[in-house]
Parts: sequence; structure tokens; C-alpha cells
Amino acid sequence: MNSPAIDTPAAQASTPVARKSRRLAPGWFLVSPSVALLLIWMIVPLGMTVYFSLIRYNLLYPGENDFVGLENFEYFVTDAAFLSGAGNTVLLVGSVLLISVVLGVLISALLEASEFFGRGIVRVLLISPFFIMPTVSALLWKNLIFHPVSGILAAIWQFFGAQPVDWLAHHPLFSIIMIVSWQWLPFAILILMTAMQSLDQEQKEAARLDGAGPIAIFWHLTLPHLARPIAVVVMIETIFLLSVFAEIYTTTSGGPGYESTNLAYLIYTQALLQFDVGMASAGGLIAVVIANIAAIVLIRMIGKNLTDKQ
Amino acid sequence: MADLKIRNLQKGFDGTAIIQGIDLDIRDREFVVFVGPSGCGKSTLLRLIAGLEEVSSGHIELDGQDITDMAPARRDLAMVFQTYALYPHMTVRKNLSFALDLARVGKQEIETKVTNAARILQLDALLERKPKQLSGGQRQRVAIGRAIVRNPKIFLFDEPLSNLDAALRVQTRLELARLHKDLQATMIYVTHDQVEAMTLADKVVVLNGGRIEQVGSPLELYHHPANLFVAGFLGTPKMGFLRGTLNRVEADNCDVQLECGTHLTLPQSAAGLSVGSTVTPGVRPEHLNVVSTGAGRMQVTADVSERLGSDTFCHVRCTSGEMLTVRVRGDFAPRYGEALTLDFDTAHCHLFDADGQAVAKPLQQAA
Repeated sequence: MNSPAIDTPAAQASTPVARKSRRLAPGWFLVSPSVALLLIWMIVPLGMTVYFSLIRYNLLYPGENDFVGLENFEYFVTDAAFLSGAGNTVLLVGSVLLISVVLGVLISALLEASEFFGRGIVRVLLISPFFIMPTVSALLWKNLIFHPVSGILAAIWQFFGAQPVDWLAHHPLFSIIMIVSWQWLPFAILILMTAMQSLDQEQKEAARLDGAGPIAIFWHLTLPHLARPIAVVVMIETIFLLSVFAEIYTTTSGGPGYESTNLAYLIYTQALLQFDVGMASAGGLIAVVIANIAAIVLIRMIGKNLTDKQ
Repeated sequence: MADLKIRNLQKGFDGTAIIQGIDLDIRDREFVVFVGPSGCGKSTLLRLIAGLEEVSSGHIELDGQDITDMAPARRDLAMVFQTYALYPHMTVRKNLSFALDLARVGKQEIETKVTNAARILQLDALLERKPKQLSGGQRQRVAIGRAIVRNPKIFLFDEPLSNLDAALRVQTRLELARLHKDLQATMIYVTHDQVEAMTLADKVVVLNGGRIEQVGSPLELYHHPANLFVAGFLGTPKMGFLRGTLNRVEADNCDVQLECGTHLTLPQSAAGLSVGSTVTPGVRPEHLNVVSTGAGRMQVTADVSERLGSDTFCHVRCTSGEMLTVRVRGDFAPRYGEALTLDFDTAHCHLFDADGQAVAKPLQQAA
């Protein structure tokens, strides 16, 4: 906005002075306790994890804590579970993002387009799954919907004379994707619905006069308008979906085999089922790196879209 | 050709009547301005013509074809919105060509039309920009350009200048007037600003409470307002109104006894009114004069004065409480509370009966 010709000399002249005075200002001292607390909060666990990842640390063999270098990382990455865990994580995050964004856009568009009695109640109902704890919703799905004997899906299958499917045993990752999508779709709807309400009505009317039908309006006006909120949904959901755990723990326990194990669950099995804290720490650090890569890519892709003034 | 006929048009929202039976003819190449206070239904009337609102009853005909229930896009009208309603993620070029793209017009033709519209509106250099990179006036021109490329039968403008600053508004007003002449187009224009109405219109439609108060050329309305509402609405500052009683009615003149004590002889007939009935004489600020004490007709007290440099508008209070405005020389400024004497130009006095209808036209002609 400001022209650099006017901005630069003044800025250059004032910067060192400003920086010096800021360092001496009481504000810096006043915020330092909370900054220090946050730093310790972050650095101590990170440091401990790094330390554990470099030593042999198995709870079954106490006292044998010698330094092993990067051996833990090597074992973790070469383990058969790692590849399927990483693949499952990508599949889980990707599918849930796709389902929640696509359905979220469609449902909120429908809700916005139609006036009907009880729309407020429908809105609340659509958003309510978000308020249910992950463990509870996983148990609901496991026992009321997916259960091969007492589940609703089994009843429907039987009604049509088909053999009920044991979803969690035969399609474990698909089932977990369903459960997690059910939890995160409301979030997408919440964000997209509010965004849709801010679409300028006159733009829609102008488009109607220009000869655009409902589908053309959706495609040329609504979707571009939603680009930014969709970016928000993708970013926030990615952060949370990388660490899905409770849903897997309460339903499939990562099985059968490693079919529904994601990285978070893999780290849990290393640490608390195989008691190998060293390996788990190495896995944790790898997960941190992966999450950071995802975050950087997302911010590169989407962040510009967010900070860009409309 | 673009002949629009509106017959007994009505529109209500949730039981409240917004438009209460409107009959109006708009002829080809006319610049028609709908003007009225907020909530008078002028925007609703425009939206009914555009097809953005559903008509409750009545008919709209364009060139003999009933378009009352036709989809907005098929009416062959283009609208310029108050907020411009540009598509924010499209470039200016795409904004201009959107309607043609949707209608699957050939690339070559689109190119020609867009270039042509851009040339008319001096948008050539801005075609690849997004709306957010444009100033208010440029956005306004893109909105008009979007209408031009469609070559509609009628252009509809919904308060298009109200988001511009004062200087730009005057400039754009002139450009619109020029555009109307250049394009030889039929235009309907909604505004609450009477200056826009007076300067742009071939025909002004004054609306109030969902009804048409009067239709006519700007000067016709100015010189021959049909009722108190039109008289008070057009003209800045407003026409002043006095309370009085008729005490003599002749064929070509009448006497009015004002409540403030002054006796007026107006050179106009008050045919149809009986002696003793209540009337409201109205007089515009430019037809009043401050005269030296003794010579005038009416004693008043000066209220605040507004000094514009070229003129001063003195607001004065009559002895019976009515407020009048007087236009005087720019160097004249009475003190607050000073006693003044006013002289009337009775030839330019308007007379309204007890129902607010104009009694008889003043003798002088419009224009």
C-alpha cells in the first residue's frame, strides 16, 4: 500500500532506535514469564523426546539405556508397520478432507438455498456431531451402526436378504474414515454455512440478470466465494486428522494387522504395547517432521489465500 | 424499440403493500427517473421490472409482450446495482463478458463487444484487473459496462451514484447523461437525490408510499407540482408552506387570509373552492425577498442562515409558527432572532387545498 520511496528512509532511520527501546521497554519484561513458560512447555518435552530417541529405552529391560545413535529411527522406518501406518494416515486425512469439504459445500449450499420450516433445528442437528467426544461417537458407530449382529447396517442388509457385513473387520480403514468424516463434516458445514451467508445477494441477482441459472451461480459465484473458508477447513482439519487416535483405539485397535493403524496409533503401540520408549520417541519425531512438512505445504498453498486482502 | 407499459402493478411483502397499484408508460429512448423518499417503493418497482421480485398482481409489458412472469434473464434488461455487484474473483474482462459467455456467444463477437464497451467507458487499460484493484468510480464504470455489452432494451439503475464521493458523483452524472445520448438507450434510474432526478431525467416519476404522486418532465414538476408532497419534495431548499383561509374567490384571482395575519391576493383562480375553506399557499425560497421595513407583506423572525457564498438561505419563522426559507444575496446575513420583512412574488405562489392537491396552476409557463 505505502509507496517504498516514502516509507524506506523513515523506516531505516527509526528501526535501530525502535528496536533498542523495545528491548528495554517494560513490556518485554512483563511478557517474559509467559513466553518463558511456553518455551519450557515446548522445549522440555521436545528435548526429552529427542534424548529418548537416541538411547535404547525399553521398559522391559530397565537399566540398559546406552546410546544407540539413529538406530531407533532406522528400525522405526524399516518396520513393515511404518509404511502402512504412513499410507493409512495419508488415506485417512485425504478421504476425510474430501468427504467433509465436498459434502460440506453441498449441504450448506442446499441449506442456504431453501427456506423450510425448522431450518434452525436442522442446522443445530447438522452441527451437533461435532460436540460428541471421539470415543463416544466411535462406540456409537461400532455398536449401533457397524455391529454385524445388532447394527443398523446389518438390519438393512438383512432386510434386503443380504449377508450382514462385519465392517470393522473387513473394511477397517473405510469404517474409520466414515466415523471421522461424521465427526468433522459438521465443522466444515459450520464454517461454510456462515461463509455462504456472507455472499453478496446483489452479486447473485446480477448473475441472474446475466442469465445464470442456480448451477451457474453455484459454480461461478458461490464456489469462488468459498475458496477461503474451504482453505480454513482444510488447514484446521489436517492438523487434527493427522493425530486421530481415539476412534481407532476404541474400534479396531489398529487391526486387523496394520490395516487401520495410522502414525499416531503406531507410536502408541510402540510405547505402551511394546514398551519401547526409544522407538516411540523416534516415531514421534518423525511424525512431528511430517506434520511440519504438511503445515508448510498447506501454508504455502493456502496461507497466501488467507492473508490476501479481498 | 423499448416501450414499457405497467398496468395496475401491486406488490406486498408479508401482508404489507409496498407497491399499491402503479400505471406507467415508458417510451423508447426515454430517461425515466423514479424518485422518492426512503421506503417509497422506488427500488421495489425497479426490481419488479427487472424480475428480481415476484409481482403480486398487475402486468408489465415490454414491446407488447407480457413479461410479468418471465425469468429476469429473458427480459432483455440490464441492471446496474448500488453496490455494483461485480464478481470479485473475475477480471474486468471476465466481468464484462460473463453474460455473453453464459449465452454461448461466439468468441469473436464477445471480444468485439467487450472492447467496444471498454472503449466507451475508458476501461481499456483496466481489463485484466480484478474489481478490488479498482477505485469506486472505475467499479461503477465496469458495472455500467456489464450492462452495455448485453445491449439490452432497457438499462435499469438502482441508485448507482450513492456510493461515490460528491465530486465523482457530479462527474459520473454527466457521463451518464452523455451515455444516454450516445447509446440512444432507454434508461430507468432510481434515486433519492432530487438533483440527479432533475438533471438526468426526461421524465420524473415521483413516488410516495407505493403510489405515483406525479409524472412529468423535471421543470413541469418543479413549476406545477400536483400536490403538497411533490411541491415539498422537489427543490432545494424546500418550498415553504403557510396556513390560510380563502376569503374571496374570483375567476382569475383569489384572496387568502394567512394565519399570521397577512392578506394575499393571488393571481390565480381557486375555482371549486368555497370562501372560508382552508388552503395552503406555498412559495419557493427564490420567490421571496427580504425588503426594508414597512414595504413588505409579512413580518418574520430570522432563524439560522446558511451561507453558501453565492447565496444565503435564511430560515425564518412567521408569527404563526410556520418556517419559510428565503434565498437572498450571498453577502446578506441576518442575525439570529432579527426581525425581517418579506415580500412575496405572488405570481409564483402555489395554492393547495385542504387535501393537499394543487388548486390551480400559477399563470406563468414552464421552461
